[in-house]
Order: sequence, then C-alpha cells, then structure tokens
Amino acid sequence: MRRFFDSPYAVVLVLAVVVAILPLALPSLFYLRVAALICIFALAVVGLNLLIGFAGQVSLGHAGFFGIGAYAVAIGPTHLGVPPWLALIAGAAAAGIVAFLVGRPILRLRGHYLAVATLGMGLLFAMVFANESAWTGGPDGMPVPRLEVFGWRISGPWSWYWIAGVTLVIGAWIAANVIASPTGRALRAIHDSETAAQVLGIDVARYKLIAFVLSAVYAAVAGAYLAMFDGLVTPEAAGFLRSIEFVTMAVLGGLGSTLGGIVGAALLVLLPQLLTVFHDYEHIALGLVMILVMIFVPAGIVPSLATLLGWKRS
Amino acid sequence: MSRLAVDNLGISFGGVTALTDVSFNVEAGEIFAIIGPNGAGKTTLFNIVSGLYPPRQGRVLLNDEDVTGLPPFKLARRGLSRTFQNLQVFFRMSAVDNVMVGRHMHEKRNVIAHLFTLPSVLEQNRVTRAKAEELLAFVDLSDVTDRPAGNLPYGALRRLEIARALATEPKILLLDEPAAGCNPVETEEIDNVIQKIAATGVAVVLVEHDMKLVMKISHRIHVLDQGHTIAQGSAAQVRTDERVIAAYLGRHGQREAGRA
Repeated sequence: MRRFFDSPYAVVLVLAVVVAILPLALPSLFYLRVAALICIFALAVVGLNLLIGFAGQVSLGHAGFFGIGAYAVAIGPTHLGVPPWLALIAGAAAAGIVAFLVGRPILRLRGHYLAVATLGMGLLFAMVFANESAWTGGPDGMPVPRLEVFGWRISGPWSWYWIAGVTLVIGAWIAANVIASPTGRALRAIHDSETAAQVLGIDVARYKLIAFVLSAVYAAVAGAYLAMFDGLVTPEAAGFLRSIEFVTMAVLGGLGSTLGGIVGAALLVLLPQLLTVFHDYEHIALGLVMILVMIFVPAGIVPSLATLLGWKRS
Repeated sequence: MSRLAVDNLGISFGGVTALTDVSFNVEAGEIFAIIGPNGAGKTTLFNIVSGLYPPRQGRVLLNDEDVTGLPPFKLARRGLSRTFQNLQVFFRMSAVDNVMVGRHMHEKRNVIAHLFTLPSVLEQNRVTRAKAEELLAFVDLSDVTDRPAGNLPYGALRRLEIARALATEPKILLLDEPAAGCNPVETEEIDNVIQKIAATGVAVVLVEHDMKLVMKISHRIHVLDQGHTIAQGSAAQVRTDERVIAAYLGRHGQREAGRA
C-alpha cells in the first residue's frame, strides 16, 4: 500500500478508474453535470499545483489564463470564423505565450511580491474582458458556440463529462511525468532552496517559467471547456474570486499532491451545489473553509489523510 | 594554470567593508583552508566566488577564465560547486532525490520529453539514481537512501550536502564549515571524505573552525581578519604567525592546532 501510494502514477490509475465508473453511481443528469464541472476545475488545479505545490511559486491570477481559454472559444468562432476546436488549441497556446511573456519579468519576484504581481495580472485580464465590449460583449459576456468535431455537435453533460474526465486523466498523467523527471526534481528543489538549486546548475528562472507556462495552459484548457459547456462566458470567468477559488482548491486538497488538487476541486464544486442554503454565503463559507484548513490540516486534506493512514512516510 | 584564482576581491554592504583586496589561488588536488574569526568575511568570500554576490572590485577566475559576475548556475556548469554553512538541503525530498538534483546538469533537459516520459527519460532516471546511490555510499549514507532529508540527523545532512555537491562532478568544491555541529566521529568521517575528494584532483576550498581538522588536512591556509588577509602558508607557518595568534587562534587555539 505504502509503495503504491508513493508512486505518482498510482493517482493517475485510481483517477482513471474513478472517472470510468463514476457515471454508474450518479443518480441523475444533475450530478453528471456536477461531475463534469469537478473534472474541469480539477484540471486547472492540477496545473496550478505544479506551480504552487511543486515549484513553490504562488499565483493569485490564474483565472486570467482560464479567461483567455474561455474567451478564445467565444471570440474565435464568433468574430473570426475559426472552428471551435481550433479556437480551443489557439486559446491554450495564447495562454502559454502570454504566461511566457508575463512570467519572464514577474517570476523574478519572490513570495508576497510575486503573489501581488500575479494578482495584478489577473485583474488586468478581467478588466480587458469586461471593457472590450466590441470583442467580448462587455460585462454581460457573450454566447459560446457548441464544439463541433467532424460534424458532430458536442453538448450536454454526458459528452462534457467524458471529454473533461479523459482530459483530467491525461492532465494528471502529464503532471506525474513532469514530477518524476529532471524538470520535476528541479521544481521541487527550487521550492526548498533556490540558492542550493542555482549552485547545482539549475537555471531557476527557466524552471519557474516552465511551471508558469504549463499551469497557464492547463487553466486555459479548463476555461475553454467550461465556456463551451455553459455556452456562455462572462468576465467573472477571469475574476479575482475565481483565482482565489483555484488556490483554495489546491491548498484545501493539499499542495504538492495531484490527488489533493482534485479532491479540493471536488469539495469546492460540491459544497455550494449540495448546500444550496449556503448559496448567498458561498464566499464566506470559502473563507471559513480556508481558515479551518490552515488551522487544523495545514498540509491539506489528502497528505494529512495519507500520513494518518500510514500510506506515506511522514 | 590555477583551478581557482581570486584577484583583489572586495565588497561592502551599505558602507561597511566586508572584504578588501583578498587574493589567492587554488590548484587541482589541493586542500585550501580559509580561517579567521567570526565576521572575518569567509562566507561572504564564498558567496562572491559562487556567484551569489557580485563583488565591488576584483575578479574571480576559473581555469584562468574571468567568471566575475556570472550567475551561480553558469559557474556550476564551469565546474564550481559548494555546500552551505547554514544547511540548504531540500528538506521535503528524500536523501537520494537530493543527490539526484545534483545530477541536473548532466541530464538531458528536454521538457517535451519530460511531459510524456519518453523511454529515454526513464532510462536517464535509472542512470541518475544509480549515480546518486553511489555517491550516498561514498559519504556513508546508503542506509538512509529513501528517507526524507528532513528526518536526518545533522551530521548526515552535512555529508548529504557534500554528496549532492559532488554529483555535479565539480573541479572546484567550496565547503563551508563541513564539520560544524558534528561529533568527533562524524568529523573524522568528513576528514576522510575531503581527503578522498582532493585525491581525485578536485580543488577543495574549506572554511572551517575545527582547527585540528584544518591543520591536519590542509595543504595551505589563508587567514582572514575583518575582511583583510593577515597570513597565508602551510599549517606550520600559520600556526606560529603572531598576527594569526593575536587575531584568531589565541594561546589555547595554538596548542589545539599544534596537536593536529
């Protein structure tokens, strides 16, 4: 058991099985829809975890990249006549390029300074999406055309569950690959001691940038999926609260744990859905959850459970 | 050709001069110790040589090539590695992973291959791990290979940092107080390890307060006091130098040093 859970691929395997059999256990389309949402958010969090959990670099602006993906699949087909699938790929690439350009100057900052800079970056994107009404429909947002692949129009919870679920498994697999590679070792080293990493020949700026770009691409794909699933995108997709939500999911589930990110995403998507009474107080509940986790399980739910059950060397 | 040459190095922090006109060179296979009282500028000197601080004046040369002001990772690629007085271990990683990080420069760093774990990446991981296990054996840490570094005792961490620095295959190795906080048995082990490293042709520069260790293994000793060089020479020369005794060793220290 211990050996199994020490391998990053164990998580991918467990995840694939869960994604494959989960629909059998879901009583209605409503829950399938929720499951699809969980997969979409989990995808963004798995990527963000590479940046925050492994490389140790905080971003409070990843909803900006989520928004780039979302608006790409809205603007591309509507204004430019690009097919939705191509707009999805272009959106992911655009987010990667923007992350590269923005990351180069701001990743030199450390700790709180980096957090504040990424926060500013996120706000900037949200403002652009809200103000460029000719392209984005302004604060009301704009409709997103359905995804079409080989003439087959994809819509509804069933299709989106499978697309998001399979993408999440692939995303978790790629994250596991990165973690077990020299790149992953470099990221973890940077997290623990930037000085030692540099002295060992690691180009710290390059690896921070790699993690930043990768996590931006994950967020953009997730954003594009959500926009196409909803058939609508608004500037809230790229808003500050969305960025905070991503970080909360990652921290709640457990930084540096891919499974943790997924569990965190599941909990934060489920909570408001299940406790509809809390709907008006969603953000208060979010803040409360964060405080309680920091006090009682600072390592996050999954790592704490794993230690408790003896699956992981403490 | 010297492996490492330091030429008229100087630095000041906010008007306070920390180092002035320090010069020396270190040859292949040599154990070169830098000693002096606390605040003499020893660690500052290491931080300049390893690229963490830019000097205000002077030059650093590796194999006769001017490398002043290069960032640490580029110096590492030219064969310079170091350990830290205040340990800079990757505490959340296992002992063997720490050493594997040291192999970074010798690994293929194609990120696309890493994303999809091509067979070459798996093979490379195996090679890297085998090399790391070899180095852990060299510093006598084989029995803690997969333990998280955060759980290791102090003496083991000192040796882990040495193994990690060696993983880069350095030509010049800077050791900042490798025996600090170690008991006599651990100090003895570190003494052996340093001599073995130098025997392979690595130029070893050592900052250390354990005078028995320094006097025993150093070929030459450079003494700093308040940022200035006050003496340089063999153990016998430095031990009897009046300025060194006055500034650092004292009468007791001189006796201690004499026992080495």
